[in-house]
Amino acid sequence: MNAPHVLEVRDLRKSYRSPEGEHTLVVDVPSFRMASGEQVGLRGPSGSGKTTFLNLVAGILQADGGSVHVDGGPMTGVSESARDRLRAERMGYVFQTFNLLQGYSALENVELGMMFGRGVDGRYARELLGRVGLGHRLRYRPRQLSVGQQQRVAVARALANRTKLVLADEPTGNLDRAHAMEALALMREVCREHDAALLLVSHDPEVLGHFARVDDLARLNRATSGSGITMPVAEPAPGVGERA
Amino acid sequence: MTRGQTRGQTRGLTRGRPRGLTRGIMRIVLRSLRQHALSTAITVLSVALASGLVMAVFAIKRQSYEAFTGGPVGFDAVLGARGSQLQLVLNTVFHLETSPGNIPFASYTAIAADPGVALAVPYAVGDNFHGYRVVGTTDELFTKFEYRAGHKLDVAPGGRIFTAQERGAVVGSVVARQVGVKVGDHIRPYHGLQFDEAQQHDDDYEVVGILEPSNSPSDRVVWIPILGIYRMSGHVLRGTGRTFRPHPDSLIPEEHREVSAVMLKLTDPTAGIYLDQAINRQGKSATLAWPIGRVMADLFGKIGWVNEVLALVAYLVVVVAAGSILASIYNTMNERRREFAILRSLGARRGTVFSAIVLESTTITVLGVLVGYVVYAAILGAAFVAVRAQTGVVLDAWRYDPALLLTPMGMCVLGALAGLVPAFKAYRTDVASNLMPNS
Repeated sequence: MNAPHVLEVRDLRKSYRSPEGEHTLVVDVPSFRMASGEQVGLRGPSGSGKTTFLNLVAGILQADGGSVHVDGGPMTGVSESARDRLRAERMGYVFQTFNLLQGYSALENVELGMMFGRGVDGRYARELLGRVGLGHRLRYRPRQLSVGQQQRVAVARALANRTKLVLADEPTGNLDRAHAMEALALMREVCREHDAALLLVSHDPEVLGHFARVDDLARLNRATSGSGITMPVAEPAPGVGERA
Repeated sequence: MTRGQTRGQTRGLTRGRPRGLTRGIMRIVLRSLRQHALSTAITVLSVALASGLVMAVFAIKRQSYEAFTGGPVGFDAVLGARGSQLQLVLNTVFHLETSPGNIPFASYTAIAADPGVALAVPYAVGDNFHGYRVVGTTDELFTKFEYRAGHKLDVAPGGRIFTAQERGAVVGSVVARQVGVKVGDHIRPYHGLQFDEAQQHDDDYEVVGILEPSNSPSDRVVWIPILGIYRMSGHVLRGTGRTFRPHPDSLIPEEHREVSAVMLKLTDPTAGIYLDQAINRQGKSATLAWPIGRVMADLFGKIGWVNEVLALVAYLVVVVAAGSILASIYNTMNERRREFAILRSLGARRGTVFSAIVLESTTITVLGVLVGYVVYAAILGAAFVAVRAQTGVVLDAWRYDPALLLTPMGMCVLGALAGLVPAFKAYRTDVASNLMPNS
């Protein structure tokens, strides 16, 4: 039952309430789709609501309205624990700061990624780390690894649950140019091999230049399109109409 | 969860718990405890002290009560001088306190002849040997008296019981070991119940026997024939009301003789009732302490508040320990917010993070109560030695007491409750804002 689209976003909206009590719309994306296994570069200058958008897609934030489906599974209109489960089992997330757990070895970090999803599979975890070139660093803690190596642990962890979709938020932002290109190539290769689609957000034209399809979040997101000025919302409070 | 399940191939959302989740959570818990090893160790120790202290207070309370009130004293009643029954019991059964005075020998012969009395053993006190009581008595103490059903005070091989007329001593096992006397040695008692080197008598006694250990107060006594006390140099007798100085080796007319107390074994409880009536209510010259267990129970009733205070202190320590569990985990919450956010971003549910924290506090508590048994054993061991040294009464440190189960159980419940506060904080951790590098 492979869904035609690994990611399908419709009329996705999210607004924040400012300390003055004003609602500020930060994400308003009418439509965004990715085919199975597709690799998309998303241009996201700061202030374009990219982190909020990714968090909505990952189900870390709850949308105010609209829908997100990941590999056919609903990420909106369901309980938080259902979102947690969907995220754990079908998505991987590579953060700019990698967000590895410092107290755990590379192997344990990958296994922790499996723990909440399809279950721990130590052999597959080793295989993934071997694939990203860290087969000899399984027992190293993040602090004992170079920045580039940490990034590769994060990639392995993102794929640990035989993920269908990998979200990457400026994954090369902390690497120097040479390493960034190397890391990008590896990430794209590994995702392709493991049949996972990749949505990579960056503001770096050179990074985005490697992608056949590049979308502009500033254009997709009506909340910031044009000037980038935030607009007050003439809408009910967050949460209402969520299931519409 | 069976091994054969192929979760990896399942296409739909999996139901239930993923493989390795429980073990993984336990790993997170243990890793956190190790990362904060010092704070973990201190908290475990405080839980151990609390749980050990509570168990010890309850066990010592119960066991000392039972040992002193229902323990193997072997006698039912004590007849002695008019006065406090408690003093009489402490003085004769436990060889503590001072003697309330003497009664005429005739009182002994009279009560010994009473049909309600199965066994009457006279005691005469007034001397000590290096602080241990020297008690004059008859050989019935060894031939007829059973300090526990079926157990007599036996003389160790190589020794014998003294005869009534000789200057022979049968020495309790503790005295023999502590002072270092053996059969054939000659000892000289000291006057008075308190040891004072200047007060040594001139009378030599030959040690004719050493008692086998009985784990009773008798282990701490030097037994000599009652005539020996009468004839001890410097002793005076006032059996007739007038002072009489007995000559050594001469016969002492019975009317001059005195006893400090008569230890009684009664034929049945009704004998106690009428003797109590006759001696305590109608008589004026003597006191019958009966039953011995009740007299000691009255004492425990009077000093019950000490136990209440001890229990209160122990409970307070428990509260402090629970507070330290809460504080030690709560203090790590700030540095761990990011960790929780990362785990959540990996798909951990709020409930999973919550239960990891409760499991962490429970683990600390379980470790604590396990160490608590060591604390308990140490406290009881010390109490055991102290009580035996002071009274010869042996507490049974290893006997089961409900407190040994209930205290750790209660402690674990408290520990889990203490984990709820930080767990709730972890539960509420906002994922999105804590995934940022420097938040």
